[in-house]
Amino acid sequence: MAKASLKEKARVSGSASQQPEVVLDPAREPIVVVDGLHIVYRVYSGGGGKGTAASALLRIVRRQNRPQMTEVHAVKGVSFVAYRGDAIGVIGTNGSGKSTLLKAIAGLLPPARGAVYTQGQPSLLGVNAALMRDLSGSRNIILGCLAMGLTQEETRAKYESIVKFADLKKGFIDYPMSTYSSGMGARLRFAIAAARTHDVMLIDEALATGDAKFKKRSKDKIDELRRDAGAVFLVAHNLDVIEETCNRVIWLDDGRMKMDGDPKEVLRAYTEATGK
Amino acid sequence: MNGRSSESLAEFAARHGLTQSAARPSPRKYVRSLWQRRTFIWNFASAKTASTYTSSRLGQLWQVLTPLLNAAVYYLIFGVLIGTNRGIDNYTAFLITGVFVFTFTQRSLTAGAKSIGNNLSLIRALHFPRASLPFAHVLMELQQLLISMAVLLVIVLATGEPITVHWLLMVPVLLLQLLFNVGISLAIARAGAFVRDIQQLLPFITRSWLYFSGVFFLIPQMGQKFADKGYAWVGPILEANPGAVYIELMRTSLMKSFREDLAPYDVDYTRLWLYAVVWALIAFLGGFWYFYRAEERYGRG
Repeated sequence: MAKASLKEKARVSGSASQQPEVVLDPAREPIVVVDGLHIVYRVYSGGGGKGTAASALLRIVRRQNRPQMTEVHAVKGVSFVAYRGDAIGVIGTNGSGKSTLLKAIAGLLPPARGAVYTQGQPSLLGVNAALMRDLSGSRNIILGCLAMGLTQEETRAKYESIVKFADLKKGFIDYPMSTYSSGMGARLRFAIAAARTHDVMLIDEALATGDAKFKKRSKDKIDELRRDAGAVFLVAHNLDVIEETCNRVIWLDDGRMKMDGDPKEVLRAYTEATGK
Repeated sequence: MNGRSSESLAEFAARHGLTQSAARPSPRKYVRSLWQRRTFIWNFASAKTASTYTSSRLGQLWQVLTPLLNAAVYYLIFGVLIGTNRGIDNYTAFLITGVFVFTFTQRSLTAGAKSIGNNLSLIRALHFPRASLPFAHVLMELQQLLISMAVLLVIVLATGEPITVHWLLMVPVLLLQLLFNVGISLAIARAGAFVRDIQQLLPFITRSWLYFSGVFFLIPQMGQKFADKGYAWVGPILEANPGAVYIELMRTSLMKSFREDLAPYDVDYTRLWLYAVVWALIAFLGGFWYFYRAEERYGRG
């Protein structure tokens, strides 16, 4: 049943038959309101086509899109309300739109239809994109902190604690990040990302990697960040982590919301459906 | 119970003072947040420059070598092989000044067009005023230009030009050109973000612009040539071309011989400066406004 809907062509369809009705809770303070959200993004699939100046001019004059451009309809009409203190797990199979939903909540992907309303500025926990592999670890710490919006003074103040948390082998902080092992790189990236507190925190699972010792430390760090945040969203494939940390779970299937509710209930239904 | 019938989600959100996370901030707030990010912009520009050269053996020495090699090629072709002067006393310095100054505009434009498309992952991961990216890319080009200028000053001196007070004018010329370049990069950044084909088209446009901008010829002389044939309107257009304005002003400030070359043509310097200021302001304010208007839509591809 889930397989059939995966095959469906990406297009804006009005039907949100799977979307459970949103029930408002007037007694609690909402932090994030997602209202009928659709996310569509364009992908350049590359290859083919002539890239000469003349053919480009012709395309612009005719107002044509590149022939190899495709649209991906990743989120299809999702609505829900997150309240203060919520820790919401987002689950679903690969390509179900979990990460896209997180980015949309963060305001990083503009909605095609619908809207996301938030209190404060939601932020994704992660800075990979701002870092440059060819440069030294210390330079990347500064760059990453500034990219997250810290001031120069704050960056200087956090520098030592980031180096300490990343716990790299001696001297490696001055080497280019391209020379790091994957574990070392992940530790440094996490250390930089966790240097800032957030109003609404969005965590993608890939963050907590590394050896067992570091996993424990990063889990403690996430818990600490969670206490300071208004609401937390956690995307994970590891259902145990979700059951442990979340008070509410949203199940996405092919861009639509399948279930929203108590972790035990949703996780049981999800496990049954995916046949795990 | 159906909560939706009594109140829509949008109303519910508004009642609790929630705001749209993908909304564009007010212009004033935008400028302020851009100013707050100035250290990031500067660091990003230097880091990008440093990382460009890490894989080459000579590293950042290339920033000096590239303009030197360029100058050598132009000197060889125009100074030695062709040996033209076309009424220009110091053709080598004339040509190399023109090429270096125009290259700054050309490279800013090219870098600006790619600044959004090449940083999509950054845009999709972090919050910051998107105008930081075109700004950073023009800054990278400015760093390169300042090195080129040092090379240029050596060349100008070596070709027998004296150091005069006029050299001080180099600073306002560069500042105005920087303003102009930031403006056109912001405009092309928005265009390039939504129509990637611009990147293919751009070399063609900048090349044509280069030929019109008096890098190789004396503009008043060319204007007179057209006026003699009955096309008097060509001269003023060539003169008002922003590409040419900054080159002409840089030459008059650095080269005493060029000021003498211009003497027979009755060039209005006040008007030239006016062009420089007006172009810089139009480009900067217009480009910034145009870029800002699409702020919330960058990142969609």
